[in-house]
Amino acid sequence: MAEAKEKLYRTHLMVCAGTGCVSNHAFEIKEALEKEIKRQGLENEVKVVTTGCNGFCERGPLLVVQPGNIFYQTLSVKDVPLLVEEHLLKGRPVKKFMYQPPEEKTPVPVLSEINFFKKQVLVALRNRGLIDPEKIEDYIARDGYKALVKALTQMTPEEIIQEITVSGLRGRGGAGFPTGLKWQLVRNSPSPNGEKYLVCNGDEGDPGAFMDRSILEADPHSVIEGMLIGAKAIGATQGFIYVRNEYPLAVKRIYIALDRARSLGLLGHDILGTGFDFDIRVVRGAGAFVCGEETALLASIEGRLGEPRPRPPYPAEKGLWGKPTCINNVETWANVPVIIDRGGKWFASIGTPTSKGTKVFSLVGKINNTGLVEVPMGITLREIIYDIGGGIPGGKKFKAVQTGGPSGGCIPAEKIDLPIDYESLTEAGSMMGSGGMVVMDEDTCMVDVARYFLSFTQDESCGKCTPCREGTKAMLDILTRITEGKGTEEDLVLLEELAQTVKEASLCGLGKTAPNPVLTTLRYFRDEYITHIRDKKCPAHVCRQLNVYTIDPQICLEKGHGCDVCRRNCASEAITGAKGESHKIDQAKCIKCGVCFDVCNFGAVRVE
Amino acid sequence: MPKLTLEDLEKIRQEARKSIFIREQGQFKAKIIVHMGTCGIAAGARNIMNAFLREVEKRGTTDVLLTTSGCAGLCSREPMATVELAGQAPVKYVDLTEKKAQEIFEKHVLGGQIVTAYALGIGSEKTDL
Repeated sequence: MAEAKEKLYRTHLMVCAGTGCVSNHAFEIKEALEKEIKRQGLENEVKVVTTGCNGFCERGPLLVVQPGNIFYQTLSVKDVPLLVEEHLLKGRPVKKFMYQPPEEKTPVPVLSEINFFKKQVLVALRNRGLIDPEKIEDYIARDGYKALVKALTQMTPEEIIQEITVSGLRGRGGAGFPTGLKWQLVRNSPSPNGEKYLVCNGDEGDPGAFMDRSILEADPHSVIEGMLIGAKAIGATQGFIYVRNEYPLAVKRIYIALDRARSLGLLGHDILGTGFDFDIRVVRGAGAFVCGEETALLASIEGRLGEPRPRPPYPAEKGLWGKPTCINNVETWANVPVIIDRGGKWFASIGTPTSKGTKVFSLVGKINNTGLVEVPMGITLREIIYDIGGGIPGGKKFKAVQTGGPSGGCIPAEKIDLPIDYESLTEAGSMMGSGGMVVMDEDTCMVDVARYFLSFTQDESCGKCTPCREGTKAMLDILTRITEGKGTEEDLVLLEELAQTVKEASLCGLGKTAPNPVLTTLRYFRDEYITHIRDKKCPAHVCRQLNVYTIDPQICLEKGHGCDVCRRNCASEAITGAKGESHKIDQAKCIKCGVCFDVCNFGAVRVE
Repeated sequence: MPKLTLEDLEKIRQEARKSIFIREQGQFKAKIIVHMGTCGIAAGARNIMNAFLREVEKRGTTDVLLTTSGCAGLCSREPMATVELAGQAPVKYVDLTEKKAQEIFEKHVLGGQIVTAYALGIGSEKTDL
């Protein structure tokens, strides 16, 4: 029996080892901490623990000292000796490594007092920062596998499905299909030889989204336990976790978690002596966006080309190798154990009438507190962006937020009090999606945003059906034309028509949702399109082909003394002027690369 | 024969809880603060802290929190520790030895009886902050 008695330490240093902090040298900091702790003779009192993503990625690398919940941020290896000596040896928390809100004079020492964390409600991320994802004992200590015991020993499959139905849990991968209903459908589907499958969709592909990755990295057992419970409910014996190979840390931690669960007997044959058999295999995806679509994902697991097929039949009837298959997203699975443990009613008490529970979002873009947040459904965009996200950097104006990734839409600033739930986001023309949230400020050009997202979907379109393959290409061409100042007003009509056609006629979700960024920006920011077309101007100065660069001769001479830097950097030799004299741009030669604007230290280069 | 029985799983949970409870922001029955300023450390506060730590380990309690803080201001009476039972005023102990620490743990922390012989006083200092 694996019951190594864990040595007791007075203090645990929880070092965030999510992908963000790791790329900021979290492991080097861990090593430095261990070295310094040893040097100070504290190795029997203080233990360093690596955890999954803490959430406050903006401030990484992060360290939380327990007990006390003292939050240290933006650490570097050279900070370690002082921190160890002051806090650990002498018991004096170090203010200068603590988080200080931008407008305040004193730092906030305790994690739970920091605004970023205050409004968050952790369900799917319940173990974040509290466990070492590579240690199954840590997960078990936090009531891990307790729900499994309950499901295996006290509940029938129908009761499990009933509990999930009562909870109101809906798919966290995008479409929001009721999970209980999906399980019931798979359970009811007959299988010729009795085999049914279960799949965890971890093919997270939206630009700027890292919810699933963080869950798999921080708490892989919560997903495994959820899948075990689901397997009992639908009668599956084999499960698959489909994860992108470009998430190496997530892949590594899943493998470790599966190995540990298997060696303890929580996976495999006769689990916990209840006669229940189930095992999970990992399938690593090559990173094609379309493989997040369920039928393409199944094809990819079967070893075929990752292309979608028409539905029905839905995977619930004919999925992997023609057998009934239940596919849920990573976050959905992570919610399952808590629902079984605490009851569906408890879960349903969080959120709104139609959207229950919490949702994890990755908050990125023009926002002060970039990171991973979990909030109750029904919270407003304002609360997420200003209270949790800390607002827009540099005092800029909030312009829009893109939810749901390339399949979602842009929600404008005037809708900032929109409550976050499946229905209101859809009504606003966007979608919940898997939870990406890209915040944009006044310097963002909405036409360019639409063009960017469309170039992504166009690139990722598998090419199987014509509307998506050709339609996204044609739309992208129009958008590119508009950003280059070559658009016409007829283009907008055609663009809208194309968008509707692609939306209606495409085979799978990728094509059906690809026009959303275009449609929402046309709906909320039509005047920006018009300005690009009629006035040949980009109000945010993003579309460089529409910019006119000029040099203010007075500033150039008086402040810069004709420093000549712009002329030397101009690749098209469009700038004239000798050193010490004011410079000038020849508009006929200028290719609008913007280098002169970027290199001028005196603000002499103007852009219009 | 399954590899892991329900009882085994529960055993692992109980054992693992003993080490990770300090990471959680739960309610603790008692809090022990060992004062570890330079004066405290010089007077042997580290041994006192370890004595408390070994008591927690030995008894497997998961509701007693052991922390450290800086100098308490009465350097001549170090090593010092403060014991705070939930809902009660903190008690400061002075001139501690490992043996005294063990006694305080048993009688005060677990038993709820203040060991008056080693106590300096009850309550916190007032601050104007």
